Amino acid sequence: MVPDATRLPGTTVAGTGPEVMLDIRHVQKIYEGRDRSVEAVRDLDFRVAAGELVCVVGPSGAGKTTLLRCIAGLLEVTKGEILLSNQKVTGPPEGMAVVFQEYGRSLFPWMTVRQNVELPLREKGVDRSERARLVDEALEAVGLAHVHRAHPWQLSGGMQQRVAIARAVAYEPRVLLMDEPFAAVDAQTRAELEDLILRLWQRLNVTIVFVTHDIDESVYLGQRVIVLSNSPTVVLDDVKIDLPGERDQVTTRSRPEFSRLRTRIYQLVQLAKQQNATARA
Amino acid sequence: MTLTTLLRRLGYTLGLPVILVALWWVTSAGSQNFFWPPLARIMDAFAETWFGPRFAADVLPSLIRLFIGYLVALVAGVGLGVAVGSWRWLRESIEPSLEFFRAIPPPVLVPILILFFGIGETMNVAVIIIGCVWPILLNTTEGVRSVDEVQRDTAACFRFRPVSRLFRLTLPAASPQIAAGARQALSVAIILMVISELFATTNGLGFVIVQFQRSFQIPQMWSGIILLGLIGVALSMIFRFFESRALSWYTGMRHSERGE
Repeated sequence: MVPDATRLPGTTVAGTGPEVMLDIRHVQKIYEGRDRSVEAVRDLDFRVAAGELVCVVGPSGAGKTTLLRCIAGLLEVTKGEILLSNQKVTGPPEGMAVVFQEYGRSLFPWMTVRQNVELPLREKGVDRSERARLVDEALEAVGLAHVHRAHPWQLSGGMQQRVAIARAVAYEPRVLLMDEPFAAVDAQTRAELEDLILRLWQRLNVTIVFVTHDIDESVYLGQRVIVLSNSPTVVLDDVKIDLPGERDQVTTRSRPEFSRLRTRIYQLVQLAKQQNATARA
Repeated sequence: MTLTTLLRRLGYTLGLPVILVALWWVTSAGSQNFFWPPLARIMDAFAETWFGPRFAADVLPSLIRLFIGYLVALVAGVGLGVAVGSWRWLRESIEPSLEFFRAIPPPVLVPILILFFGIGETMNVAVIIIGCVWPILLNTTEGVRSVDEVQRDTAACFRFRPVSRLFRLTLPAASPQIAAGARQALSVAIILMVISELFATTNGLGFVIVQFQRSFQIPQMWSGIILLGLIGVALSMIFRFFESRALSWYTGMRHSERGE
């Protein structure tokens, strides 16, 4: 696939947008074990505006997945609270979809691609003809219209992740959470999928929280990058990505601002690792 | 599939049975031993004995008991297995007891069940149920326990209702293991069908075979044993037919994982 230029809504909704979609308020998460408890997240406090694409980046083991699972309502927070459109998250909320890293395991192998995409819509109570339309559009959008009768395990890893993305897109969520979705696909596929996400985001006006350990990816995709410390996690910095709205795998990545931003975030992440090392010493 | 591969497959499937039958036929051909009649005589007895009123009088009742017992065990085993596999507290509180009951050989319950249910259909069916439920229950429990974490999270995120979580996630995900349990249970069911009929009934295959033996109708006795074997083969073929349809996704996935 030729990396195609993508126009972003850019500054119109960033940071200062009127409606706060996600409000993470001083969240702490302690895993209680049998004889010891582990503080994975100490204090996370940030907001995501409606329609924003925010990347969360941090060293491995930084509690990124913990944070995402808390937002998704799959984990209870120990302290603080998470609000989605001013409503406290106590379980998986309405209007939220998650794309997991383990694409192969999040799809149901006993169903075809089409059935996988359609199932959440049935649960949502969407009627038959509307379901067919949404599924067709979503599969078309991710470029998989031709394989809708295949089973997920008949597809390559990148295609499986596209199915998971199509399933999330067809669901028409207000918020889309992505947990290192491209960590397990090859570099070429990864670039294609990044552009796919940008295209979909721009078209659907959905709020995206994109967790990754890849600094380049976070700068390329995000309007903002939230840098997390090592565990127990706090927010180290909230970096506004002032790249032009139109992003392209070749030109965007070779801009001086891009390397300035990635250097800055890289140093922050390195600092987090060192602090942690000295704290342990 | 070309004709040669088809013939080769047929050869593999039927080769050994043909050899065994031929061997039996040849070695028993001139036999004067009363207990070891020539296969030709057994075949004659087979046709006389089973292609007549005895089919409705003895074979059918046995098969009906088998069918009812197996079906009840399947429903109960899967139902209980889903419950035990889903709830940790339930598992922890009843697993030791399950191990105890499972360890009791079902035939030993026949005398007890006769006391409760008397001699008759109910007792036969009860023995089959009690024996068959364990492999189904234990396999279902294991299958439900090992439903993938990410799949569960997916179902939770998309807010599946409990009913759809059961029918669209838990049961399909556990189905390969449920099928393994059901397959084991099928052979157990045939064994227990016969055993319960040996003890105390007035009809049925097990009963008739013992009657033949006691009245020295030896070819007829042999033919009954052959019939049991054939029923076993037929049932397992029917089972495999349904299994391969229901689990085609699973075999396909396994093949693709192995890179075939």
